[in-house]
Amino acid sequence: MPPVLSIRDVSKTYKGGFQALKSVSLDIQKGEIFALLGPNGAGKTTLISAICGIVEPSTGTITAAGLDTRKHYRTVRAMIGLVPQELTTDAFETVWDITCFSRGLFGHAANPQRIEEILKDLSLWDKRDAKILTLSGGMKRRVMIAKALAHEPEILFLDEPTAGVDVELRRDMWALVRKMRDRGATIILTTHYIDEAEEMADRIGVVLKGELILVEDKAKLIKKLGQKRLKLQLQNSLAAVPDALSGWPLTLKSGGRELEYVFDVHAENGGARDLLAKLDSLGIVFTDLSTETSSLEDIFVDLVESRA
Amino acid sequence: MHDAQHAGTPPQEAETSAVHFNVGAFNGYGVWALYKMQMARFFRTLGEGLATPVLTTSLYFVVFGGALGSRIAEVEGIPYGTFIVPGLIMLSVFTQSIFNASFGIYFPKFTGTIYEILSAPMSYVEIVLAYVGAAATKSVITGTVILATAFCFVPLHIEHPLWMLAFLLLISFAFSLFGFIIGIWAQSFEQLNFVPMLIVTPMTFLGGAFYTVDMLPQAWRPVALANPVVYLISGYRWSFFSIGDVPVAWSLAAVVAFSAVCLAITAWIFKTGYRLKA
Repeated sequence: MPPVLSIRDVSKTYKGGFQALKSVSLDIQKGEIFALLGPNGAGKTTLISAICGIVEPSTGTITAAGLDTRKHYRTVRAMIGLVPQELTTDAFETVWDITCFSRGLFGHAANPQRIEEILKDLSLWDKRDAKILTLSGGMKRRVMIAKALAHEPEILFLDEPTAGVDVELRRDMWALVRKMRDRGATIILTTHYIDEAEEMADRIGVVLKGELILVEDKAKLIKKLGQKRLKLQLQNSLAAVPDALSGWPLTLKSGGRELEYVFDVHAENGGARDLLAKLDSLGIVFTDLSTETSSLEDIFVDLVESRA
Repeated sequence: MHDAQHAGTPPQEAETSAVHFNVGAFNGYGVWALYKMQMARFFRTLGEGLATPVLTTSLYFVVFGGALGSRIAEVEGIPYGTFIVPGLIMLSVFTQSIFNASFGIYFPKFTGTIYEILSAPMSYVEIVLAYVGAAATKSVITGTVILATAFCFVPLHIEHPLWMLAFLLLISFAFSLFGFIIGIWAQSFEQLNFVPMLIVTPMTFLGGAFYTVDMLPQAWRPVALANPVVYLISGYRWSFFSIGDVPVAWSLAAVVAFSAVCLAITAWIFKTGYRLKA
């Protein structure tokens, strides 16, 4: 099946000369939840804005359902819903009016039942006649989502959907995203919360300084996540790993004072225990030991640091 | 909401035809939604929207028509109070069109809600139609209310009502388009006020709102005739009294030319994304 969204060599240099995107290419499959992960200013929002028509890419092409986003903007944009990062809504409109407005703007006839359903899904039904001005930040965020869903988009962009929202809304949001996916929608979210990507995404892309430096199935990342590190602080430093220990993948660190053993917890077959016994028999004394589980965050930090 | 059903191509049809050609499709629901939203803002602030121009105009009648007018008596056989009615309406239409249209597009830029309009399946023509259409509608309403107010103050007879309406509509549209351009150009509230205050108001005052060009000293007449506003007010006044500073055809040509220039600038703005898209 062709990808629902295809980004080819898209770059963006802003007027001031700042290059926000450097030749990004990415395919998104229909029905997947894709997380764009990266620190602030990495280019996540620029990428989304380029797809949605808010930012004009400097180079490259973007197609949605095989249609060029510029040439067939009408069809493409009707398929796309966007929840921006900033809470930007009109202040004096009611929740109901503003949601109906969004549906109309995206070319749909009024459908009160559909709007009612959306507002109920987002726990906004009781607030339908309230002016947006009077709502809390969390409620405003829900309104932004309701607006984006009002025209029943097939592709939904959530730009930092849970930045600064409470646990309850976060959980609601995740439930909603899954519900949308079950209906066949494709969801692309940006986040700098690793646990959110871990919880939600099928695939994860890491954006750093305008480059997409990694795209991987979450399952594969989870496998890397299954790695554990055993660190042993040695009493006497070693010049090299002794031959007797060649059966274990060991590295010497900190000038020979630290021995590191990386292993897979899922496939662990007594390697760690045997290693400790062997060290004992070789008379290598360690003063301290610690274990670490590498998380997505570690992988991410490693990537960021290795590029810095 | 029910009106939306009549407001354009049904969405199914628009979508299927757009898949292949994307020509001839028209997002009627979108234009209507945006237009309605702009009008809702107007009706929400109906007090300010209408009271201000009506009060200002009434003050003009009292000061120029009553106090000063008694000394001027007649202009080309028309009582002075009556004579200034078309000019006063134009004054309000100019300022209201520019204010409504410039504010209408500047505000979403300022608050950031413009993202939704830029990401919507709306063509440039549709966006302009909604914003400028709404601003022009407001001006026509304001102009009509002022006209009704004028009837309370002075004897008034409109000789060419259809031309009067045509000029009102055309000028409202042209100045709304002009206001739309200012709203896109402006990067602060100060800039938003700059053009109306420093250019349009003087041009209107010097454009014969309160006098005919003949009443100016000889040396100033060519200068006055270089002011495009003279042609607009003259044309509108002609529709009331069959008199004008310039032939009515020139007035019509001026309105059309002004609209054309504004349309060309608007087209350029959207083509380049000037101050709209990064």
